[in-house]
Amino acid sequence: MPPPTSSPGPHTVNDHAIEIADFNAWYADFRAIQEMNLQIPRNQVTAFIGPSGCGKSTLLKWINRMNDLVPEARASGTLRVGDLDVLAPSTDVVSLRRRIGIVFQKPNPFPKSIYQNVAFGPRLHLSTSRRELEELVEWSLKKAALWEEVKDRLHQSALGLSGGQQQRLCIARAIAVGPEVLLMDEPCSALDPASTSRVEDLVFELREQYTIVMVTHNMQQASRVSDKTAFFFQGELIETGKTEDLFTRPQQQQTEDYVTGKFG
Amino acid sequence: MTKHLHRDMDRLHRDILSLCSTVEGMIDKSMRTLIERRYELADEIINIDRNVDQREVLIEEECLKMLALHQPVAGDLRRITTVLKINNDLERIADLAVNVAERSKCLGKFPEFKIPARVEQMVQLTVKMLRGALDAYVNLDLAAARAIIKLDDDVDELNVLTIQELQGLMQRNGELVVPALHCFSAARHVERIGDLATNIAEDVIYLIDGDIVRHQRGLLSAAT
Repeated sequence: MPPPTSSPGPHTVNDHAIEIADFNAWYADFRAIQEMNLQIPRNQVTAFIGPSGCGKSTLLKWINRMNDLVPEARASGTLRVGDLDVLAPSTDVVSLRRRIGIVFQKPNPFPKSIYQNVAFGPRLHLSTSRRELEELVEWSLKKAALWEEVKDRLHQSALGLSGGQQQRLCIARAIAVGPEVLLMDEPCSALDPASTSRVEDLVFELREQYTIVMVTHNMQQASRVSDKTAFFFQGELIETGKTEDLFTRPQQQQTEDYVTGKFG
Repeated sequence: MTKHLHRDMDRLHRDILSLCSTVEGMIDKSMRTLIERRYELADEIINIDRNVDQREVLIEEECLKMLALHQPVAGDLRRITTVLKINNDLERIADLAVNVAERSKCLGKFPEFKIPARVEQMVQLTVKMLRGALDAYVNLDLAAARAIIKLDDDVDELNVLTIQELQGLMQRNGELVVPALHCFSAARHVERIGDLATNIAEDVIYLIDGDIVRHQRGLLSAAT
């Protein structure tokens, strides 16, 4: 059973899941993102690429207000997810994060059973019966291409899974609450090639249902799995466009230099 | 670009330039066998072609290795794919140079046969196209590449007129059928060299701009 989706607000098929306009972000006096304008299309994979310190992870963290935890972080401009004004003080961060799931670089399952990891979010956000919860856990694990590997040990510790399995468990945990958007911060950088390939396949499958934003340092990964790529440098968005165009005929020299490894 | 890719790209660039130079030399010689009737050059051209065949394979292997090992993107990707295609075009041009030389040798048995002036014009234009396409590649000259593509229509037109002239000649004088057919065939090979020079110019445009301009002339004229 899929979870009830969080309310995305009215939208047309071709609109954007995330709208970023005149967006600036600071850590104390340091402006990490400058006057950024970017639209992230719904039900596509958008890759953020750029050298360390270019602002891509900062932007990702602002999309679900992770930076609320950083005392000196502040932002201005417009950042909307569907009808929701992410930066508005009145925005309920808990419900925002139900709409926007996040998967980190290093798999971070809770030190609980596989079942409890996936059930944790729905228990918090949704009113489901025990039976519905079981169906939801199964659905999420199937969606994350993990069910067949764990169905006979659902009540064993998630920490006993391999790194690749743990990362897919984190994806199952994120989708169990029915988000619209999945943010992925270098989701494969700690995984071996086979696990990386499985997560990439999964991302490809999931985009039919979710808008996915992925930060990656791996250029080949960005070119393999994303529909759209945005290149950041020193806090600015240098170029964005269809991935196949950006990797075959970038319009900006800085993009060309970065993707061909001349710097970064 | 990593040092390894940089080093491999430099070597690839040197190898393809060297092949360009060799094939350009072959074309010069093969045109001289036809126009100046220097038949002694024909065997030399055939020998060079064997060398071109081997080098074409080596360059292709080098390109495939670079694609597999470095997974290049953007300008590097366009450079390698362009070399891959130009390499193939050069090998075919070398084959055509051999074909022209062989036809010229056959024409040597008919000293009384006069090669039509239009064939000479075709040869001059085709040599100009090939030289221009290779220069455009070396200098990354977009305007020059576009100019070369336009010249192909002139070569095609000369080819049509040459065929008509040779047909008339064969109808008027049955004794000239055999040399006229050799000449017809040589002209056809020259025209194909013009086509391949056009391909190279189109690849140069892709290398510089990322635009694939092949097959667009026909579409454009059909649309108008």
